[in-house]
Amino acid sequence: MFGKLSWSAIPIDQPIPMIASGVVALVILGVLAWVVLAGHLPYLWREWITSVDHKRIGVMYTLLAMVMLLRGFSDALMMRSQQAVAFQSQGYLPPEHYNQIFSAHGTIMIFFVAMPFVIGLMNLVVPLQLGVRDVAFPTLNSVGFWLTATGALLVNISLVVGEFARTGWLPYPPLSELTYSPGVGVDYYLWALQISGVGTLVAGINLVTTVLKLRTRGMTYLRMPMFCWTTLASNLLIVAAFPILTATLAMLILDRYFGFHFFTNEAGGNVMMFMNLIWAWGHPEVYILVLPAFGIFSEVVSTFSGKPLFGYRSMVLATMAICVISFMVWLHHFFTMGAGPTVNAIFGIASMIIAVPTGVKIYNWLFTMYGGRIRFDTPMLWAIGFMVTFILGGLTGVLVAVPPADFLLHNSLFLVAHFHNVIIGGVLFGAFAGYAYWFPKAFGFRLHEGLGKAAFWCWLIGFYVAFMPLYAVGFLGMTRRMQHYDVPEWRPWLLIAAAGAVIILIGIVFQIMQLVVSIRHREELRDRTGDPWDGRSLEWATASPPPVFNFAIPPDVTGEDAYWSLKVHAKQQSLGKREPDYKDIEMPRNSPTGFVCAFFATIMGFALIWHIWWMVAAGAIGAFTTFVAFAWRDHDEYVISANEVARIDRANVEERRAMTSLAEA
Amino acid sequence: MADTTLAYAHPDPHRLRGIPHAAVVHEGPAPKRIVTGFGFWIFLLSDIVMFSCFFATYAVLVDQTAGGPKGSELFDLRRVAVETVLLLLSSFTCGLANIAADIRNKLWFQVGMAATCVLGLAFLYLEAREFADLVARGAGPTRSAFLTAFFSLVGCHGLHVSAGILWLLTMMAQVFAKGFRADIGRRIMCFALFWHALDIIWVAVFSVVYLLGSKP
Amino acid sequence: MSDQISEQHRIDLAPGDEGEGGVGLRVLGYVTGLGLALLLTATSFFIAGTDLVWQPSIPVAIIVLAIAQMGVHLVFFLHLTTGPDNTNNVMALAFGMLIVFLVIGGSLWIMANLNQNMVPMDQIMQMQR
Repeated sequence: MFGKLSWSAIPIDQPIPMIASGVVALVILGVLAWVVLAGHLPYLWREWITSVDHKRIGVMYTLLAMVMLLRGFSDALMMRSQQAVAFQSQGYLPPEHYNQIFSAHGTIMIFFVAMPFVIGLMNLVVPLQLGVRDVAFPTLNSVGFWLTATGALLVNISLVVGEFARTGWLPYPPLSELTYSPGVGVDYYLWALQISGVGTLVAGINLVTTVLKLRTRGMTYLRMPMFCWTTLASNLLIVAAFPILTATLAMLILDRYFGFHFFTNEAGGNVMMFMNLIWAWGHPEVYILVLPAFGIFSEVVSTFSGKPLFGYRSMVLATMAICVISFMVWLHHFFTMGAGPTVNAIFGIASMIIAVPTGVKIYNWLFTMYGGRIRFDTPMLWAIGFMVTFILGGLTGVLVAVPPADFLLHNSLFLVAHFHNVIIGGVLFGAFAGYAYWFPKAFGFRLHEGLGKAAFWCWLIGFYVAFMPLYAVGFLGMTRRMQHYDVPEWRPWLLIAAAGAVIILIGIVFQIMQLVVSIRHREELRDRTGDPWDGRSLEWATASPPPVFNFAIPPDVTGEDAYWSLKVHAKQQSLGKREPDYKDIEMPRNSPTGFVCAFFATIMGFALIWHIWWMVAAGAIGAFTTFVAFAWRDHDEYVISANEVARIDRANVEERRAMTSLAEA
Repeated sequence: MADTTLAYAHPDPHRLRGIPHAAVVHEGPAPKRIVTGFGFWIFLLSDIVMFSCFFATYAVLVDQTAGGPKGSELFDLRRVAVETVLLLLSSFTCGLANIAADIRNKLWFQVGMAATCVLGLAFLYLEAREFADLVARGAGPTRSAFLTAFFSLVGCHGLHVSAGILWLLTMMAQVFAKGFRADIGRRIMCFALFWHALDIIWVAVFSVVYLLGSKP
Repeated sequence: MSDQISEQHRIDLAPGDEGEGGVGLRVLGYVTGLGLALLLTATSFFIAGTDLVWQPSIPVAIIVLAIAQMGVHLVFFLHLTTGPDNTNNVMALAFGMLIVFLVIGGSLWIMANLNQNMVPMDQIMQMQR
């Protein structure tokens, strides 16, 4: 009846997961109880859960990422503290638990922190920057978000019911095959990623179509803000790379569920094919994450330097070059696994070549700052912190791209330090810069500057203290994923690294404080004009938060830095006093399709993990029925009348005019 | 100072001298039909990339028979030829249904779709027979890595055809109940794209798997 | 956004949509496509089973015929043309084909190289016993 599921699946004898999951469950129940008792449920359902508005969905993606960041970071704290104490002893985490922690940490940080963070920011900003009303497929957008949330939920359920994978963030066979991992841990990993992978693919298709097909009048390709270009490149990579992940994980699923022989040791299966395919996805994935961050830095650096982006066209070229070359380097993740010198050399050279367009970008940012009047607000601090940190990470990357060097450093903590260097210093700093930069646009008030700066300095210093020692200890020969060790030379470095993790923790505490304080003082931090940073692209041309239709009148674009030129023209010719001709606006109606579909996907995923076949069928039928019901509805749009549009728009225009006249006086 | 500000504030700061602005007009967002069709086209391409992984794996594992039967001992080219003709005809009828939808002829649309459905089901029946025969002969997917890759690649295409038939029936019901609404018209266009794309995959399957594999 | 294709969007087409032509012409297009596809398929099957041609050329011929038939499908069934209204669709296709080529070609090259340099897996497992 219930497949492999029984009461013994709940690890009552293990205090750490039980306490952790107990706390999480209490928090979730508490929030739910508060929502229901305070009567917020109808509001949440109407305005958020069923919303197909790209801004709301973007915010929900970001929120998911930040919640999961806490989960992933607590895993990181446990690993750092374990390695700090596990010198010539077992530490406090038994091996089978420690292995689950590092697997969950990597999986969560990549798939449920970095991915939703950048996808959320792209969702929020790109339609605004393109001057359009929504993404190409609004309901599908909601489906994509909720499927991502389903994946995150399944990973967290594994904390209480059963176990998580012990195989690392990429489940290399044969360890991940049924013979060596008979438990449900790998199955949790596989189904969580398959379901959220569908969500990611949907988001990728949506954003590619949005950028290529939905741009306002006059927004030619070479007038798009840099963030739109990097969004295009990143989502092209999603569309091209995620199917590879889906296929690879499907093969592992077939091996585990039906006794197939893709990656087994017996019957001619080939383990190396898994490494090959997973990295054919895995390397583009790195650029899927970091390209949007590059776009954010381009926007931030240009805005806070008060200058157009230096070398815009070279930046576009560099972005698209990375988009293609990132598919030609994947072997450098397994140089040591037996390929001959020809193959290793060619992939090594390709890996070094891909550093060139990235270098072009760094110079472009530096020259954008050169001669500019730089304002050191929080987003700009993240950007500068990024440039310094990322160059370091990039250089160590070029180092391990040299096959002979890689033979020494492969799977050592040097490698761990390298990819944290680029992912924290690149992706996460970029996400935080975007968070601080676009928060006023999303919510209508700024984040507290002082606390934001404190958080930045803690993160920056904490990062260096936590990861520079790992480079050193890697050189001393320490391999990754060690539950305990007995080499006295490593100990001091690991103690320093643990201290660094604590400094980052303080940074995260500052970020939480910043959010709470900013919400409490939102009236003082209110952004009335919609243009708090003196921005250059179209998202600043509308109110903060933007009305549901984004722009009362679709903007006309006549050049790069669309909003900047609008502002200049308005000042020179004192235009903008004429009332525009408002028209009725059609907007897509809300739909619970995404939420209901994700509900069935959760049931289906859980049932597949535990081999409860009738429940799998029920979930599949439910999901199909949901889509048919959605397809059957007769009215998919509603109309906002011209009068209502005019009323909403006038309020913002007046605020802007008041501010401009104030500035001129 | 005023000069520099103006220079930065130029609406097109990186404009190359002498290139006329008229060459770069963009007329705003595309109509829904183009947006939907293009989005689905992107999905199809991603689906083809997924198939390419199964093809690559098949090519890598094709000689790993683990002492079991090889392709040349298993494949029945006559059945494959019939399957191919069925799929090609179904693509043709699907195209006719698509034309009928464009000129809003309900009868011919339903006839075309029904024919597509019958041909698709016949294809699936033949494929299921083939799989059942192989399993009965002890050449199931668990026998060797070669058979694993074969069953997965061909089965993946078969799964797509099955999903296509489910979609097809839904579209027939929708047109029956709601007529040719604009959104239904877009879905019919996407379905036709999907069905034709499956044919393209099948061309690769019968060429790479069956024809190349039938050589001893 | 509306479903009417206004004057200005004549330069853009959805994939699968045909630019112009009456019903008769369109049906004729599908008939031509079907005819060509059947012809190419028949040739493929014939070549695979025949002793009349130089044997090593057969795989090449089959691959070439397959690519030709895919082209036929793209042109006659998916209505992909080289016209300016199809630029985006063709660009997307080209990107997809590039990725397919890199994944298949790269995998085969890497795996052949690994197999050449490494002892096969089952023998490694035997050595450990």
